[in-house]
Amino acid sequence: MSTNRLLSQAELVALKERLEKNRNANKTVVTVCAGTGCMACGCDAVLKTFHEEREKDRLENEVEIKATGCHGFCERGPLVVVHPLGVFYQRVKSADAKLIWEQTVNGGHLVNKLLYRDPQSNQIITKEKDIPFYKKQMRIIFGKNGFMDPTAINDYILLGGYLALATALTKMTPEQIIGDIKKSGLRGRGGGGFPTGKKWATCRAVKVDPKYVICNADEGDPGAFMDRSLLEGNPHQVIEGMMIGAYAIGSHEGFVYVRNEYPLAVKNLTIAIKAARDYGLLGENILGTGFNFDIETSRGGGAFVCGESTALMASLEGKVGEPRAKYIHTVESGLWDKPSNLNNVETWANVPLIIERGADWFASIGTENSKGTKVFALTGRVNNTGLVEVPMGITLREILYDIGGGVPRGKRFKAVQTGGPSGGTLIVEVAEPKIHASMVAHGDIRDEDEAVSLLDLPIDFDELTRAGSMMGSGGMIVMDEDSCMVDVARYFIHFLTEEGCGKCVPCREGLVVMLNILRKISEGKGTIEDIEYLEELSQVIIDTSLCQLGGSAPNPVLSTIRYFRQEYLAHVIDKRCPAGVCKDLVSHVIDNTCNGCHACLKSCPTNAIVGEPKRLHYIIQDKCIQCGACYQICRYNSIKRIKRGEGDKLQERARELWQPPLKKVPAEVA
Amino acid sequence: MTVAVDTKYDLQSKIEEIVGEYGAKSTALIMILQDVQKHYRYLPEEALRAVAKTMKLPLAQIYGVATFYRAFTLKPKGRNHICVCTGTACHVRQAVVIVDKLERDLGITPGETTADGEVSLETVNCLGACALGPLVTANGIYYGNMTVTKVERMLSEVLHKKHDSDTTEEAA
Repeated sequence: MSTNRLLSQAELVALKERLEKNRNANKTVVTVCAGTGCMACGCDAVLKTFHEEREKDRLENEVEIKATGCHGFCERGPLVVVHPLGVFYQRVKSADAKLIWEQTVNGGHLVNKLLYRDPQSNQIITKEKDIPFYKKQMRIIFGKNGFMDPTAINDYILLGGYLALATALTKMTPEQIIGDIKKSGLRGRGGGGFPTGKKWATCRAVKVDPKYVICNADEGDPGAFMDRSLLEGNPHQVIEGMMIGAYAIGSHEGFVYVRNEYPLAVKNLTIAIKAARDYGLLGENILGTGFNFDIETSRGGGAFVCGESTALMASLEGKVGEPRAKYIHTVESGLWDKPSNLNNVETWANVPLIIERGADWFASIGTENSKGTKVFALTGRVNNTGLVEVPMGITLREILYDIGGGVPRGKRFKAVQTGGPSGGTLIVEVAEPKIHASMVAHGDIRDEDEAVSLLDLPIDFDELTRAGSMMGSGGMIVMDEDSCMVDVARYFIHFLTEEGCGKCVPCREGLVVMLNILRKISEGKGTIEDIEYLEELSQVIIDTSLCQLGGSAPNPVLSTIRYFRQEYLAHVIDKRCPAGVCKDLVSHVIDNTCNGCHACLKSCPTNAIVGEPKRLHYIIQDKCIQCGACYQICRYNSIKRIKRGEGDKLQERARELWQPPLKKVPAEVA
Repeated sequence: MTVAVDTKYDLQSKIEEIVGEYGAKSTALIMILQDVQKHYRYLPEEALRAVAKTMKLPLAQIYGVATFYRAFTLKPKGRNHICVCTGTACHVRQAVVIVDKLERDLGITPGETTADGEVSLETVNCLGACALGPLVTANGIYYGNMTVTKVERMLSEVLHKKHDSDTTEEAA
């Protein structure tokens, strides 16, 4: 048995006090964000440079270098914060690290070029909390992330970690804890929004032993990464939450089911569990209270359906991850047919905060029926991508404009997709109606007053469901005018046909039929009846599927038809893709804003682009395969995507403007 | 180049070593298969049989698991592994263009390996670094905000590194 074991609550408090005493508040601490996002931007090299500089200056005792968890502002990574000054540096490369060391750490000066500059006001901002991206956020779950090394349990204890557990074990009965969780109004953060306290109470009431607690970290929703970030940046908070839950329910064994695609999360979680065992915070007779509990981790096999609770439990048992009918509740009969309480990473991470600060405090945040904060992964076509933690009830406008900072390249917002593949796409801004005469003739245009913008929609569980989407795990993918809603629906249905387990017919066969129809529409071969059939089929799949994956699978189609029917009609009647995404309906052309930078010409795989440097370029339509490489590379928005067939005339005009020497005109055009 | 499977004796002891790490309990099956795949770069039939024998589980269950989960492959993978994220965030940032480009340059579609066994191309549903989309990983290294020109640079880096490791292997 380890000598580090904490035998009582008093010893835990004593350890915290000892750590506080030894800490020098004035000591310079350089924190480098080491989440996967910053890692991909090269934070390793930055850390290495800091370590080298420190060694060179022999300042090991004076300066501490910390690799912390995710700060959330992934767009600007790698991030470096120098404490106690609190200076926030962004997009730091390894050469810049040397500069920060010399100027800020040694000299106490700021390095202006690495500070955040507000794109709107052009003002330089030095402190993290003053940056607009963080200003409207309420970082309570992520509160400790930027200040601790996730692999150092002492860092967590220093910040008050495991005290909530000690309080729960020594001063509260399981019933009191469940009462507190109920009172706090915490709802499951995995997507369903089921009241956590109620779930725990049902599980506790079942008189079967053993019981299991499970942490669902199989974050399969594309576009969501808050669970990964929490496990990477602060695994102890999740462990502590699970322990409190286990005590309340009467369980002694816990499992964390985590995606194998998240190697850093697996690593940090494993280190954290080992460290907690070493302190006797996991194992037998925890803090001398007689409570026993331990956690095992299990790595997933990369199946989206395993995020569904019954499929996850089948997978934990080492079986194929197929869900089962829901009328047998997992809290009564789950893993190995024993009562099993499964919650999402973020839900567990909320638990210690509720115990520590009280249910009333938690209930004071948020809306009537959705309490606390929610972490969203803000991604897609928005300037400030990253993880944002906001109080429930915040409006989409605040998230997209104040925190997200608008759309890049001066384009227009169009839609926001929440809830992952089974969520819905919500209209954000109403584009100018481009109603074709033939569309009006069909009488299938929705009323003007129905064309609302949901920009001022308060975000909580119930409002999102009412609007035809769902909270899901919190992915929020922003789309601008360049995103085609038929393509988005097709993308999600394709995803779900690949990821469905194949057990029940409506989901397995129905989705394939839907996918074929959507493909037809995106190829310009659809009919009005196809849209009606999609709606009818969706309802059948919703009504008859076995699990929630199937039951919510048609959501992307239904919500896009609901809010973007015109776009479907444009594909069907006008054979046109307004966003210019559907390859079969689009022609790429270059307009006269082209300055002849040559970038597109080099990127073109079929040599369809012709033009001399600094002169107007044009695209030979017969050669173009509509791959979109030039559109992606052009920095001047000179490539336009227009209706198929209308390109020839335009490019003919461009060729005339270009007026090349006749001998250089390629044979195909002449 | 084909991936050589060890002789039967070696294979059996390797599997026993991997199973021993977790214990022969069915909860660990997925993790055991992951480690087997990591070692052989795919799941050879002999290895699945050896796992069944060592864990005393029916081969049918192991084959079921090996074919159900997306992470497993029964076909040998290439020496270099390129993976394009096609999660929603990457999709709206035009990951399709990147996939098309790689398909053209490598002459294979996702899920395939080049004839010389050098490169496998795959797509994955989300790597969770959505802020950097479109995202590609090559042998575990992240390449963010990809464009077609960056793909060319990445490919030459990957293939160049291959030569480096070749020379070090020869030197050793």
